[in-house]
Amino acid sequence: MKKHLNTLFVTTQGAYLAKDGETVAVRIEGETALRVPLHTLESIVCFGNVGCSPFLMGSCGQRNVGLSFLSEQGRFLARVHGPVTGNVLLRREQYRRADDLDFSAAVATACVLGKVVNSRTVLLRALRDHGDKIDAQVVQESINRLGAAARRLQEGLSLAEIRGVEGDGARTYFSAFDHLIVRDKANFFMHRRSRRPPLDRINCLLSFVYTLLLHDIRSALETVGLDPAVGYLHRDRPGRAGLALDLMEEFRPMADRLVVSLVNLAQLRCDDFVCSDGGGVRMSDTARKTVLVAYQKRKQEEMTHPFVEEKMTIGLFFHMQALLFARYLRDELDGYPPVIWR
Amino acid sequence: MMILVSYDVQTSDPGGAKRLRRIAKVCRNFGQRVQFSVFECLVDPAQWTKLRQSLIDEMDQETDSLRFYFLGANWRKRVEHVGAKAGLDQEGPLIV
Repeated sequence: MKKHLNTLFVTTQGAYLAKDGETVAVRIEGETALRVPLHTLESIVCFGNVGCSPFLMGSCGQRNVGLSFLSEQGRFLARVHGPVTGNVLLRREQYRRADDLDFSAAVATACVLGKVVNSRTVLLRALRDHGDKIDAQVVQESINRLGAAARRLQEGLSLAEIRGVEGDGARTYFSAFDHLIVRDKANFFMHRRSRRPPLDRINCLLSFVYTLLLHDIRSALETVGLDPAVGYLHRDRPGRAGLALDLMEEFRPMADRLVVSLVNLAQLRCDDFVCSDGGGVRMSDTARKTVLVAYQKRKQEEMTHPFVEEKMTIGLFFHMQALLFARYLRDELDGYPPVIWR
Repeated sequence: MMILVSYDVQTSDPGGAKRLRRIAKVCRNFGQRVQFSVFECLVDPAQWTKLRQSLIDEMDQETDSLRFYFLGANWRKRVEHVGAKAGLDQEGPLIV
């Protein structure tokens, strides 16, 4: 089994990454602030004004170290990747199956089912943890509706219908999301999902964590040899990582939980955010670091994978799911098993 | 697994400084310098074989010495740092 390796996040503005022997050297104002051997890294994520030497880009491509560039706020800009690796036959099968609408619907059902069931678990958990502090009736109603959506998905729907169920599910879930936040309600609230720009602090956090998640899932797919751009639930659109977004659905509720606990445990405070005139909300540098540390710690926690029944770090779950998907394409599995969190 | 590499290179004889430099470079490629001639290397068995052989190739067995300490996967329980320049946890969150 693959080992879960570390991710290097560079958030210092003006930093320059260079290859020094077999290591990455992070230079800040001419001084080497950090030197890490490349073989201990799975990916490098650069935020904002961070430079990178061409030789480092080359080595990252060669060794399959994901190198991504994000804006300072965490919006995805670009990524560097080396020669296309992996099995052509697998990729061809992936493209062929994407044209098959029945197959696409089967994959989409699995992904959306994972999302709906996991979202329901998040709400159930909130009800159990602090049912006395929140409006239990509203949350319970959302739980029931998500349960009904999960049952509907088992009826063998068409792609359009699945998308409908997904949209309804997301709306139901996010309408109850505000009840999950039990601390500092004046500043931390979530009335509806908003992005580009996020209009409140919770939306700002959610968008940021989703970007990190997408980066990891995309890298996992590429490592296995799949094309992250060709999806089943998410149809082709230039510049969109369809398959990565498909596989991300089941992990979203996990990211939501991370955001909720950051706020509820007071690891983030109201002044960690900057509101701009246009109504958009941005994170401060310290807040971004707090979130990155929390995300990285969460990825290092160990859990038993529900399908393969093996203990592994959560960071490796992405890789495992990509592998399972590849096996499904090769007809070694009857269906794609999404991760259902307990 | 974590391996602690420490070395002693005789620099008084000709070529000593060069050997010292090259040994340090090999160590740096695999791990983190924690003291002047002490490195902590996080490697898998294949990488370890490579690291060990590269070091042996660089050294002069007549005059220099290498010492390897095997700290395993649960190395955190076996390492304590006191004083300045605490090393960085290579498996912990890496943010600069």
